[in-house]
Order: sequence, then structure tokens, then C-alpha cells
Amino acid sequence: MNVNRFKELIEICEKTGEPLDKVVLHWEMLDTGLSPEKVLSKTRFLFKVMEESYEKNKGKTLKTLVGLTGDNAKKMMEYIPFAFSGEKVFQAATIAVTIAESNASMKKIVACPTGGASGVVPGVLLTLKKYGVEEEKLVSALVVAGAIGKIISIHASLSGAQHGCQAEIGSGTAMAAGAAVHAMGGSPKQVSDAAALSLKSLMGLVCDPVGGFVEVPCVKRNAAGATLALLFADMAMAGVQSVVPLDEVIDAMDKVGRMLPESLRETGKGGVAATPTAKSIIDAFSKKFKMET
Amino acid sequence: MPSILEIIGPAMIGPSSSHTLGAMRISKFAYNLNDGVPDEVVFYLHGSFQDTYIGHGTWLALLGGICGLKTDDPQVARADEVAKKIGLKYEYKAVDLGNVHPNTVKIVTEKSGVRHEIIGSSIGAGRIKIISIDSIECDLDGEYPTLIVENQDVPGALESIINVLSFYGVNIATMQLKRESKYLHKASAMIELDSTISKEILERIRNMDVVNSALYVNAIVEE
Ligand code: SF4
Repeated sequence: MNVNRFKELIEICEKTGEPLDKVVLHWEMLDTGLSPEKVLSKTRFLFKVMEESYEKNKGKTLKTLVGLTGDNAKKMMEYIPFAFSGEKVFQAATIAVTIAESNASMKKIVACPTGGASGVVPGVLLTLKKYGVEEEKLVSALVVAGAIGKIISIHASLSGAQHGCQAEIGSGTAMAAGAAVHAMGGSPKQVSDAAALSLKSLMGLVCDPVGGFVEVPCVKRNAAGATLALLFADMAMAGVQSVVPLDEVIDAMDKVGRMLPESLRETGKGGVAATPTAKSIIDAFSKKFKMET
Repeated sequence: MPSILEIIGPAMIGPSSSHTLGAMRISKFAYNLNDGVPDEVVFYLHGSFQDTYIGHGTWLALLGGICGLKTDDPQVARADEVAKKIGLKYEYKAVDLGNVHPNTVKIVTEKSGVRHEIIGSSIGAGRIKIISIDSIECDLDGEYPTLIVENQDVPGALESIINVLSFYGVNIATMQLKRESKYLHKASAMIELDSTISKEILERIRNMDVVNSALYVNAIVEE
């Protein structure tokens, strides 16, 4: 079984009647030799760490390495009851920012799929948990997220330095949206639609961290990712389909990534990183911490 | 193909898998080579490691690794305090190591008078490549327990080393060989193993006539 496309996973599900997470676990076993029980228990562990990073750091003012962010999650948490966009959406964004700020403060997080985009998936999954979805369902949703990310990593990339932020926040959003659909009881096809809608919306997003550090715009993009993921999960559940299937969207994203100039791939030389404000912040920062030879 | 566990993980200390986690793993390799925390360490930072030293916490990651902390231990963020408590002397210097990966560090350690030097690169997604150990070129990812042998370049030398390993039931995963000096009849072998070896086996190898010196580094990957 030489599976490496999402449509193949859907076909296997349809032929066998097995749920997507089971099929993914079998694929994983044939591919890496790890038993389904082992993968599931490690996935459960990662889910616990996600929960732990949120619970430990929520509502706190964090001291990030460069100090460009750190109290945004706290502000958002206090505002949840007033959010016009809705409590659930704003909750997801708040969790995403909490974890992203924790990442920027050298706290323990799960690099799902990367440190910079580590808030998106937990933002969605932990919100689902808060609103009553069972933990085991969410662990299996995380397995599904892994399959989406794996297929992206095979045919494109999960690295901002290689393919821009579409590969980090974009992939994280696709993974979270697909996971949410799975947790909500959607079909494998709906999972792929939600992931495809996400990647299409973030197609071409550049990687432009100020000074090259994972703070601005990274932290707040995690809020965007979690919010969009919930939106596209709902749209897929409503029956909205992606005209272009997920596998082709991934190939398109790969091509766009290859066209991105180096200045827009984590070098801190383009996009918002190249603005006058960003430059003056970084000048001041590097003056303070000049290395000796 | 990667495992989905590498996609949805690992659990780590932020912020960056290449500038924090990868740096820490290189340093953990040096810790394992020393079989413990050294007395002194100097980190020579090359390329972008010089820029990410504070902003990505690379300095703390390196320090956490050499102190033997696990890669997801929250203490990494306070590795300077940990080092102080242990009494480790440490220093950072900028260096130009030439044509190597931008995220590269040279780590020079001293423990009970024994000096070691490794050069490693963080090549993305937390993966590392050790390119030199005590000036012997290599290409190791730290995933296997590794035996580094400098042996005499005479017929049958390598075979007899392998025989000792198989006598103890140790399986070899991969092997990299290098002729150090044809003139001095010196060669080196980096032998990646499927399982760890005991001090006894290591001593036995060190005492072989054809072996000039042998080092052992445990795998850096944690369960
Ligand atoms: S801007 Fe770059 S560093 Fe920041 S989250 Fe996006 S890909 Fe990662």
C-alpha cells in the first residue's frame, strides 16, 4: 500500500467502511512500523501536553524572548463574554494566542505542525472539548490532522523557510479544520473539503517575522488560523465543497511556495519585517545583544 | 515518509524547532559524548545562530542540552540557573566555520582534563547533523547509539571490532569509514548501533590491539 494522497485515504474508507482515523493508523503502521496502539497513545500524550500548555499559561502576562507580545491572550480572555464574533470563535482564538505566546516565551508546547503555528490546532481542539466533545474523539481528530499534515509535508512543505507561512499557519489551519470536521462527525470527504478550503484561503501567505523571531506577526496569525479552521469546518459540515480537491490544492501550494522569493521565507527581510517600525525595533534589540567574537 | 507523530509533534520548549530544539539536540550530543555534564564549555556560534542567540533562546537551548536536560523540560528556559547550580563554566563566541549550514555550532568541552570538540548543524524541523567529532569528519543524526573508533589501518582490524560487537549480540545499523592517514596507517569508523552498549563492551574494544581510541555516544532521541 503506497498511499501518499488524501483521495486514496478517502477511497479506502469508502471501500472498507472503516472510519478515517483507523485507516490513517493502519497507513501509519505500514509506513513506519509503529503499531496503532502506540501511535494512538503517543497522540493522546501530545493532546495532553497541548491542554497542559494552555491550562498553565492562560490568563497570564508572559515574558517573550523579544518582548513584542505576551499580554494579548490575557486581554482576549477577559473579553470573551463580550466578543461579537461569538464566544466559541473568540475562545478558540484566545487559546491559539495563549499557546503561541507561550511558545515565544520558551514554554513547553507541541510543535503541531511547527513552533510558530503551534496555537492553531489546540485552539480548535480545546475549544471543541470545552463545548462537550469527548477527549477520545479529539485524540482521533488529532490523528486525522496528522494525516493532512503528512500529505502536505510529502508534496509541499510545513516549513516557513521553504514555502512561506502558507506552509505553517496555512497547513496548521488545514489540519485543524479537517480535525474539527472529523470530531463533529463529518465524512472523510468533508474533512478534505474543510482542509482544502483552508489552504486555498491562505494560499501565498508569506513568512515575514520581524527580526526573524517567532512573535510578530506569528502570534496573531495563530488566532486567524484557529478562527478560519472553525469557519471552514462548519462550511464543510453544511455541505459546501471545495471545487478543487485537497491533493491538487496542496500541489498548487507547493508551486506557489517555490515561487516565493527568499525575502518572504523566514529571512525577516520582506513583508511586515521590512517596515520602518519593524526595522527600528530590531535595531534597538540587536544593539542590546551584540555577540562578541 | 515521516511519521504523523513528527507532524503533530514533538512536545518541545519553544519557540523554534530549528533554532531552539535543534540547537538543544546538538548540545545533547556533546553531553552524551562526555557521558555527563562537562566542567567547562565554549559554544562557537556560526551564521544565523549568532542572530537567533537571544531572540530564539538558542543560548539557553545549547546550555540546557549540555546540562543533560530533556528537550521538553521547562527548565530549559532557565538553563543558566541550572548551569550555575551544577557549577558548569560556559561561554559563547561568534565564529565563521566556512561553508557549512547557516545554523551551525561548534561545541568545545572539557571534563576531567579530557577535551572534546563537535560541530553540528540544525537542518530543520528539529533534525540535526553532526559533521565533526574531535576533528574527524562524520555525518550523524544522533538517532542511534554510536561507537567512534580510531583504529589501525591494517587488514582485519575492522572485522575484529565487528566480531566483538556481534559476540555481545549488538547489531550494527550503519557504518561510516574513513582513512585518516595512509602514512600513519590510521583509519576511523563511526558505527551506528541498534542498541546501547555497556561500559564493559566499550572497555573491551578500547583494549584491542588494533584500536587506538574509542568513544561512545548514546542516542539523543528520547522516548
Ligand atoms: S510568519 Fe513565518 S515564522 Fe511566523 S508563523 Fe508564519 S511561517 Fe512561522
